[in-house]
Amino acid sequence: MIDARGYSCPMPVVMVQKAVKGKEPNKLEVLVDNQCSVENVTRYARNSGYQVEVSDHEGDYKLVLRK
Amino acid sequence: MENEVKLTKLAQCAGCGAKVGAGVLAQLLEGIQVHRDPNLLVGFDKSDDASVYRVSDELALVQTVDFFPPIADDPYLFGQIAAANALSDVYAMGAEPKLALNLMCVPRDMPQQAVHQMLRGGYDKVYEAGCLITGGHSIFDPEPKYGLAVTGFVHPQRILTNSGAETGDVLLLTKPLGIGVLTTAHKADMVTPESMDLAYALMTTLNKSARDIMVRYRVHACTDVTGFSLMGHMLEMAQGSEKQMHLSVSEIDLIPEAVELARMGLLPEGMYRNRTFAQQWVEHGEMPLEIQDLLYDPQTSGGLLMAVHPEDAQALLEELKGAVPSAQRIGRVADYQGGKRIFLEG
Repeated sequence: MIDARGYSCPMPVVMVQKAVKGKEPNKLEVLVDNQCSVENVTRYARNSGYQVEVSDHEGDYKLVLRK
Repeated sequence: MENEVKLTKLAQCAGCGAKVGAGVLAQLLEGIQVHRDPNLLVGFDKSDDASVYRVSDELALVQTVDFFPPIADDPYLFGQIAAANALSDVYAMGAEPKLALNLMCVPRDMPQQAVHQMLRGGYDKVYEAGCLITGGHSIFDPEPKYGLAVTGFVHPQRILTNSGAETGDVLLLTKPLGIGVLTTAHKADMVTPESMDLAYALMTTLNKSARDIMVRYRVHACTDVTGFSLMGHMLEMAQGSEKQMHLSVSEIDLIPEAVELARMGLLPEGMYRNRTFAQQWVEHGEMPLEIQDLLYDPQTSGGLLMAVHPEDAQALLEELKGAVPSAQRIGRVADYQGGKRIFLEG
């Protein structure tokens, strides 16, 4: 689980990249608190071969990335 | 070292990406009574680059203001960019800037030398434009900001608004796109020095040469591409001119590394604001998402977008290329058929 709440763009997507690169996890959960980060993480994840599911998480956003 | 302060780390948003979105701005202004004056030739209701007031039959006054938080860590560079960007709105009206006033916000603890460098950048760029800085206003603010209010002059018959495009006109753009993506990714140190040098060189280039050449041709409409992105500014031109625009996207010069960074999700928040504002008017066709994203990327001190008479287009482009090598032909203007305003074609 990556908690990127409190970070503005581009930091959340950079945190996700660090967790993905070289490790290629099959599943990764990410918490963000703004729409820009939802979109940026989604773009990165899809281009890296993940499917992305976005849901509400106590008023913030939870993204589940799956291979 | 004098440049020890990392200016961009003090900023929430980079450059023109900090701009309040066009849609939000319209809501904020809604219901406020607009006073009219027959000599006010261009006012804010036209969504144009600057306001224009007729002083006499021979002379019109052009006014604009622009300022933003640091887009570069080097204060001298930031000062130059902020000034080139503020002056640009005057050039976009086909006018010449003559007088400018500094607008400056600085943290109480910002080193004096850094503030001095920032101002020196502004003065150097304004003098390069043949314009004078005659004063200004400064306040303390935890987030630094710099820019200028600029006054210029133009003959009232030679004003270039963003609403005069005619059917058959050729669309030219004088700078490549991708500056917003590069400056965003730079905050995470993810851009090569070569691409950042290119971005800085583009942002510090005055639109003066492009303007000086353009006014000798039959240019019907002009605007500068800044915070609202190519799509946002082009939409304003299409709507103001009651036309539709067809873009040859493969002809548009996109900074290569910015395309790659867009694919990796390193996009500024302003890109999403611009999309929300303009996308309902754009026919995207099969255009890949990262290419679309760059068309919505907020530019700081971007190039001029011109709609020129088709018979003049080639000669204007050739002359422009002599002074501004990045000048390019990007599309054409057509009769409005209803529905979408901008068509992205191969």
